[in-house]
Amino acid sequence: MDALTLSRLQFGSTIIYHFLFVPLTMGLVLLVAVMETLYVRSGNTTYKRMAQFWGKLFLINFALGVVTGIVQEFQFGMNWSAYSRFIGDVFGAPLAIEALLAFFMESTFLGIWIFGWDQLPKKLHLAMIWMVVLGSHLSAFWILVANSFMQEPVGYAIHNGRAEMTNFFALLSNPNLWFQFPHVAAGGAVTGAFFVVGISAYQLLRNKSDQDLFQRSLKIGMIAALIASITVATIGHFQGQYVVQHQPMKMAAAEALWDSESPASFSLITIGNEKLRTDVFAIKVPYLLSFLSYNNFTGEVQGINQLQAQYVKQYGPGNYVPPVAVTYWGFRAMFIMGTLMALLATVGTFLMYKRWLNRPQFRWFLWVMVGAIALPYIANTGGWILTEIGRQPWLVNGVLRTQDGVSPSVGAGSILFTLITFILLYGVLAVVDAFLLTKYARKGVEPVQEKVETEELVVTY
Amino acid sequence: MHILDLHLLWFGLIAILFTGFFVLEGFDYGVGILLPWLGKNDTERRMILNSIGPFWDGNEVWLITAGGATFAAFPGWYATMFSTFYLEMFAILLALILRGAAIEFRSLHDNPRWRNGWDWAFFTGSLLPGFFWGVILANAIQGLPIDANMNYAGTIWQIFNPLALLCGITLVVVFTLHGAIFLSLRVNNHLIQRAQRTAKRMCIPALLLFLLIVGVGFQTTEVFHRLILDPRMVPFGYLTLATLVFTPWLLARGRSGWAFTMTIGTIILLAVTVGIGIFPHFMISSLNPAWSLTIDNTASSPYTLTVMSWIALTCIPFVLAYQAWNYWVFRKRISPKAIGHY
Repeated sequence: MDALTLSRLQFGSTIIYHFLFVPLTMGLVLLVAVMETLYVRSGNTTYKRMAQFWGKLFLINFALGVVTGIVQEFQFGMNWSAYSRFIGDVFGAPLAIEALLAFFMESTFLGIWIFGWDQLPKKLHLAMIWMVVLGSHLSAFWILVANSFMQEPVGYAIHNGRAEMTNFFALLSNPNLWFQFPHVAAGGAVTGAFFVVGISAYQLLRNKSDQDLFQRSLKIGMIAALIASITVATIGHFQGQYVVQHQPMKMAAAEALWDSESPASFSLITIGNEKLRTDVFAIKVPYLLSFLSYNNFTGEVQGINQLQAQYVKQYGPGNYVPPVAVTYWGFRAMFIMGTLMALLATVGTFLMYKRWLNRPQFRWFLWVMVGAIALPYIANTGGWILTEIGRQPWLVNGVLRTQDGVSPSVGAGSILFTLITFILLYGVLAVVDAFLLTKYARKGVEPVQEKVETEELVVTY
Repeated sequence: MHILDLHLLWFGLIAILFTGFFVLEGFDYGVGILLPWLGKNDTERRMILNSIGPFWDGNEVWLITAGGATFAAFPGWYATMFSTFYLEMFAILLALILRGAAIEFRSLHDNPRWRNGWDWAFFTGSLLPGFFWGVILANAIQGLPIDANMNYAGTIWQIFNPLALLCGITLVVVFTLHGAIFLSLRVNNHLIQRAQRTAKRMCIPALLLFLLIVGVGFQTTEVFHRLILDPRMVPFGYLTLATLVFTPWLLARGRSGWAFTMTIGTIILLAVTVGIGIFPHFMISSLNPAWSLTIDNTASSPYTLTVMSWIALTCIPFVLAYQAWNYWVFRKRISPKAIGHY
């Protein structure tokens, strides 16, 4: 394999891995902050223990999110130096601001939060976790400023053989950003909510102590799941309409739409031949794609063949079609899981308000919610695969091709070595993280620690 | 602002960020290197880890911010540095992953082999970054085969030359000394004595290595013309030497706080020496001096630098303030009775 393929594999795998931890970080810290707020407002120590229980799971997840995030920042320079040289004037700024504004805040205040339970006044301690919420969301915001530029370059001009920023505020008001950021933030909230619901359901099923605490957790999680899953789907819908307009090739690939259609039908399932650009087998709903794209039944949705011809005219000879199967299934994974989650959250909220969830005949639903912890992960991963693979062959849409961004001075052997090492290490850490999360999720809530200045604390851990 | 002033400003800011990283993460790394040697039992090891508990993550962000600021302000340098030192940067990443996972995970499972394994992972993860940063810095100063397009044209192996290895080892030793003194200020009981004893022992190798670098540097005079022989640099060399001599003197008199100030001084002076010595370059091309990376030929556009200056100069005071507050809140020594989270 050549350096380009290996670098792509490495970036793809390390970033997918990184994004397993990020959404839970964003969503769970929000819920922990809500729980601690309830504690400070009500004085009820159940909420304190709740915040500490979920906080512990949060930290186990957070650790790997942080360490795998550093890899991403280094990798632009290590594997994609031509890209960094060409685009750094625009792209470096949001990354630097992310570190300066968000990472410092997130890590410093989290440190104070972890160690400060007994050292800070209650309200100040609460403020710490809200600072972490702010930090983690600011971090997502700035990285999406950078990513949105890759999807839809704005506020720049080509000068001195590179892209130079001409308008910082254009980067901030990039329409793509204002679909992406709420979508990702809501996706994070869904991930956190299903995590809390699933583990609470598991604890309730085991019928051990602290039923009250997990009932309340379930309630908080379920309401969050309902709000967030409907939000994420709604934003996703409008985002899709926006993609049809501004990145039509991505949507054509996501739908495996070989030729323009008017009205366009929506693919329920397509098994296609990517080389010949034909369907082998497909079930389609007529009119639906037109409707989803334009809110009417007649709009034309452009197909891959027409777009390819148009881009050849615009950018010169070349292949402008992203890997269709991967994009298509990435979209399906996100779309199907998203729908399923909205459905589960709606049913769950209904059962909860009817107070039927405690009844034996609905135990199966709690088990379903335990399994549903996995759903947001599939949706998140699928969504990013759609976003990034669907942009190919471009690194920066219409400006720089992926093949032109790779480091010229790094040999394939070095990349292969680092790729294998990353995969091995990440594999081991995934097992360890899953082991610890399961251990502490099953273990349940620790008893109240009244005072720290006792010998017992030493042997608690 | 004049464009060259902006380049200068950002050279200064990035120098401060990297120096801050070396000062703050320096003692984190030192504490990590000492963990398996000074901690005789689990309680002691937990005390050692918690001495940096609330701080280490925020300290690490100095590096991430230094990297991000380099990317934003000098993308040409960022691209060359990270791709040239591909394997060294990779080693640093591995180390950071290992130590981050180790400190968070080791106390979450009560099994001696699990804990011991993570402690050694933390040791390794704390040992490697200092070494590889030393190697990288030495190479940037010495000069590397960088071509007209700012790309590295050498082999993987020539990065590991004697001076680079020496600088790597020196940085590890200085960090260990720095960490030992920090530890002696943060823990309680007999761990204090153990940390102080280690600090005293590390002073001699630190001093010898410093003198050795000067010696080896004179063999390859090109580097030292740039770095030391300039009359402006002489005071910095002697000041560094002075901090290294004063540290054991202060330690012997039980003035650990002042000794810590000295090792902070050592690291800052080393950074200033390198910074002034290399200015206005970032990396020297051994093929053609005109191909060296400078603060002018790698910089971002004046517009980007202006935007970044506003943002950075607004944010940095807040960051410094809340990080300082963090150290203030957790200024108490760690005792076996109140260990902390890890």
